[in-house]
Amino acid sequence: MDYVLLQQYWFFLVSLLGALLVFLLFVQGGQTLLYTIGKTELEQTMLVNSLGRKWEFTFTTLVTFGGAFFASFPLFYSTSFGGAYWVWMVILFCFILQAVAYEFRSKAGNVLGKKTFEIFLMINGFGGVVLLGAAVGTFFTGSEFIVNKMNLTNELSPAISQWQNSWHGLEAAFNVLNLLLGLAVLFLSRLMASLYFINNINDEAIVTRSRKQLLINTVLFLATFLPFLVWVLLKDGYAVDPVTQIVSMQPYKYFLNLIQMPILLVVLLIGVVSLLFGIGKTLLKAEYKGGIWFAGVGAVLAVLVLFLISGLNNTAYYPSNSDLQSSLTIGNSCSSPFTLTAMSWVSLLIPFVLAYIFYAWRAINAKPIDKAEMTSEEHLY
Amino acid sequence: MESLDYSLVDWSRAQFALTAMYHWIFVPLTLGLGVIVSIMETIYYKTGNEEWKKITKFWMTLFGVNFAIGVATGIIMEFQFGTNWSNYSWFVGDIFGAPLAIEGVMAFFMESTFIAVMFFGWNKVGKGFHLASTWLTVIGATISALWILVANAWMQFPVGMTFNPDTVRNEMTDFWAVLFSPVAMNKFSHTVTSSWILGAAFVVGVSSWYLLKKREVSLAKKSIKIAAIFGFVGSILAAYTGDGSAYEVAQHQPMKLAAMESMFTGQKNAPLVIFGVLNPQKKAYDDGVEPYLYKVEVPSVLSYLANKDFNSFVPGINDLMMGGFPTKDTYGKEIMALSVKEKMASGKIAVQALSDYKKAKAEKNDSLAAVSKSLMEDNYANFGYGFIKDEKQVMPNVPMTCYSFHAMVVVGIFFIFFFLYLILASSKGWIENQKWILRLGILGTVMAYVGSQAGWIVAEVGRQPWVIQDIMPSYAAVSSIEVGAVQTTFFLFAILFTVLLVAEVGIMIRQIKKGAEH
Repeated sequence: MDYVLLQQYWFFLVSLLGALLVFLLFVQGGQTLLYTIGKTELEQTMLVNSLGRKWEFTFTTLVTFGGAFFASFPLFYSTSFGGAYWVWMVILFCFILQAVAYEFRSKAGNVLGKKTFEIFLMINGFGGVVLLGAAVGTFFTGSEFIVNKMNLTNELSPAISQWQNSWHGLEAAFNVLNLLLGLAVLFLSRLMASLYFINNINDEAIVTRSRKQLLINTVLFLATFLPFLVWVLLKDGYAVDPVTQIVSMQPYKYFLNLIQMPILLVVLLIGVVSLLFGIGKTLLKAEYKGGIWFAGVGAVLAVLVLFLISGLNNTAYYPSNSDLQSSLTIGNSCSSPFTLTAMSWVSLLIPFVLAYIFYAWRAINAKPIDKAEMTSEEHLY
Repeated sequence: MESLDYSLVDWSRAQFALTAMYHWIFVPLTLGLGVIVSIMETIYYKTGNEEWKKITKFWMTLFGVNFAIGVATGIIMEFQFGTNWSNYSWFVGDIFGAPLAIEGVMAFFMESTFIAVMFFGWNKVGKGFHLASTWLTVIGATISALWILVANAWMQFPVGMTFNPDTVRNEMTDFWAVLFSPVAMNKFSHTVTSSWILGAAFVVGVSSWYLLKKREVSLAKKSIKIAAIFGFVGSILAAYTGDGSAYEVAQHQPMKLAAMESMFTGQKNAPLVIFGVLNPQKKAYDDGVEPYLYKVEVPSVLSYLANKDFNSFVPGINDLMMGGFPTKDTYGKEIMALSVKEKMASGKIAVQALSDYKKAKAEKNDSLAAVSKSLMEDNYANFGYGFIKDEKQVMPNVPMTCYSFHAMVVVGIFFIFFFLYLILASSKGWIENQKWILRLGILGTVMAYVGSQAGWIVAEVGRQPWVIQDIMPSYAAVSSIEVGAVQTTFFLFAILFTVLLVAEVGIMIRQIKKGAEH
């Protein structure tokens, strides 16, 4: 495969993983709704157990997203993680708390008590999601760093990436555009969680409250996501000259990316329609439970397009506001042709992986969770 | 530009060590106990005996508690390469990133998918599907170990790559050389089999406690029988692969081997120290102080372990510092070993040549670029020495490496005989009445953890100062962040992981006290 095509293939795969991660954040969204939808201890147990059988997918997708970024775009891994230290560390802390919370929450002898582990789930649900969204927002708003590979020959200070402020990434959360995206991702995760509960739990009270939360969070999602989207499409973007590789600001760059790659525009529209259809049908038809699938596919497609317009069509996907020429592009930050090719062979396993996930998921989810199961099941979260 | 602060390197190393050691409390139990649980469920599947189902579920509960905290402590390991070792991530990310990504695709999804079936599928899927899910969970965990250990082994013995001065990084040229490097294969098999020992020791320990308390007697006896056989197989394989690992260390990291034995003066027919007390007065390789206050040696064994030849020469730390002894280069060619000072000079030439090459390329001076590139390639094997300020930095912490190595070996040998005796005692029906062996069984759990941690201390402390052997020292690999930031995250991790460990131990103890009946 041609090197440029390989680079784009891997940017697509990483973007797809990112989009799947955003969908799977319904687990985090569900955690934030624990007390809103679950009013009794039994209801909360049902919610936790419903989410608890999925949390590892979200977690694993996050880890694989990181690993795939490392393997295919190591300069991003190096620059962003090493520079935006604090924002990534806080996100990681949020996920560490989640990883033990499900298993430990209801176990006797857990020292910290049930409530503490539920607070861990809240921290992960609110903090982890908003900060992840804000961190992704910097793909459009830029960050403050300088990359100079020749520093490696400086024995006194060999670090090639230097972050240019002492906030080390936390500043992302104070940028309005980033914050809008962070909040949009949070509300998306909560509306997805509502759809998931409707699909996965057989309990009238929970379904009724989930439908209410679906409406509220849909409104909030639209109120945050649409301004973000309009702002991104109207703002100047970070364009890369395909010949000289010089990065410069270009008006309406992301809007132009959509126009110049009409397939992405079509996919975005399909995604939005599918998302709204899943939500709308669930709200309008009381007995309908399959909204999660339409909305989920829609969210994946829409987020995928957002990732793709940040880097395809000669765009710097991780721009530097301190030094435009330090901005990371698909071309200057990717792995070698050999590694991308080797990894591409491995990527052929992905359909197989998706197939067994689907098979196992179906086997476990054949029957929705209900109160009876919470009293008969031996292994409970 | 400010000079890099050495304390940043120390704190970054301390954080990595802290998080890795915490993570390694839980991973070997997942690997070892996972196989034991799978074997138990296989027996249930074959016999249909409900007691085996009960036994399987009991150990599976403990497995689940341990697995969760293993996942929690594991996520930071991957991302830390970026957050704290960003220069490393660029310099070798082209090679190192691939195993991590493959680990995610091949292993993590397998684990996370089938562990859900393993815990929640008892009443939802057939017996065969459930058994397959249990095995697939532990196979996923083991495949995960394979890829991360391939990555770690590559740091110790970098193969299958070439340095590209245009991108200023190492690039993979041979995927199979990275995957099947002898260091990787030995490291994987040694780590996994030693984890089997720990899993078996854990089962024996808990079961011994039950027998001492005269509770869960049938469960405990059956569990000990399985664990003893499995542990014995694991300990024999760990000894065999440990021998292979020692050979690889001798071939590719002779300084680590010398530190493991605290051997400062090399010799032919080099002896292996089986017991010794190090001299705390020994501060530097060239201070003339005897390294041991007391030692018991077996003649020529170290020569055999290192080179499969009792008469061969094994270099000591002084020899490696001063050079001048016959050895082989990376291509197997006979050469005279360079001193560290000569390697430092060579490394500085390589670093300078890279700088000259980039400048010449920028100025489109092709002839100067070609000369600089050639000079850099000739000296690239010592590139990392270009960042070494003082030759003494090349010597790792000898007491820590040496004591850890011997602790690991003692624990390993102990378990061979211990498991062998347990097999005999359980087949003869003695086990219930021998309180001393049951008490030793409980102590054995602690010993297994000590041995397991000690093994990693040998591997990681013994290779300092290198993050990539001879190519990049830890000094050149760290991110450019404030020391205070790393200190803060160090203490946050220390507090958080300790609290989580306390919670985990609390749950484990409560589950064990409850027993299988509840």
